[in-house]
Amino acid sequence: MTDNPGFDLDNIRQLVRQGIPHVRALGVDVETVEVGKMTVRLDYQERLVGNPETGVLHGGVITTLLDTVSGLAVHAALQKFLPIATLDLRIDYLRPATPGETLFAFAHCYKLTRNVAFTRGVAYHDGIDDPIANTAGSFMLATAGPAMGRKRKSR
Amino acid sequence: MSQSFLEMLNAARAARDPRLMLDAIPYAKFLGLDVRETDDGGLLSVLPFDDMLIGNPMLPAIHGGVTGAFLENTAIVTLLWERDTTKMPKTINITVEYLRSGRPQDSFAVGTLTRQGRRVATVRTEAWQDDRAQPIAVATAHFLLA
Repeated sequence: MTDNPGFDLDNIRQLVRQGIPHVRALGVDVETVEVGKMTVRLDYQERLVGNPETGVLHGGVITTLLDTVSGLAVHAALQKFLPIATLDLRIDYLRPATPGETLFAFAHCYKLTRNVAFTRGVAYHDGIDDPIANTAGSFMLATAGPAMGRKRKSR
Repeated sequence: MSQSFLEMLNAARAARDPRLMLDAIPYAKFLGLDVRETDDGGLLSVLPFDDMLIGNPMLPAIHGGVTGAFLENTAIVTLLWERDTTKMPKTINITVEYLRSGRPQDSFAVGTLTRQGRRVATVRTEAWQDDRAQPIAVATAHFLLA
């Protein structure tokens, strides 16, 4: 259920599965979605390793996962696919990801203004209280260009 | 190939071939990253465009996470190349500022060591496409070296 008729939060699941080529290439899937909050998951894959000695995932994978889940949380807060653009994203790596374990990422869009959305989130394995990484992001709303998840109008 | 990371690093340094560093990082291969030594002995990172890097197919634009990952990897190879480290540096944190959308074309990046402590190093990076004076993103990252 959303406050915006014509928009279903399941549209976001659809977007993650099919609408974002890089997210599909990584194999990210949606765990849960509610208004303003998103959780996604990414299974461990050797091709995503950053440290060949330890098998630990590259920090860039966690950056991409947190950027993705933060942007999706903004859509889940807006309850529509307005074009958005990341202004900045900060990530603190609190401990290394464990090789072989599935990675989860959660983000909450905790403030929406007319022009800017603010997010915070974490990446974790077993429990959200034992995070691997923490993130804070800000996004510009209604930037130039057609919206995600919507077909370009043909004229 | 079963050589250790340190052997690979030494081989890359001895051959002055920074690509050997990327060969040892699976995720760098996944993204298709490339790196070259510049005339002044520094490194130029390259992210050749590929459709799988797209984050917004409507614009289209490269995924912001990919741009962040590209900058983080640029910082890591800069550290490995310019310091006598024997271990993979651990990222403490990274802050990415997005300045322009990454269009569907090749991207380039360089890193500058702005602080070299015994335990912590700071690397500032910037990425651009056609014009270095118009960066698409900049990032500052701190690394634990010990």
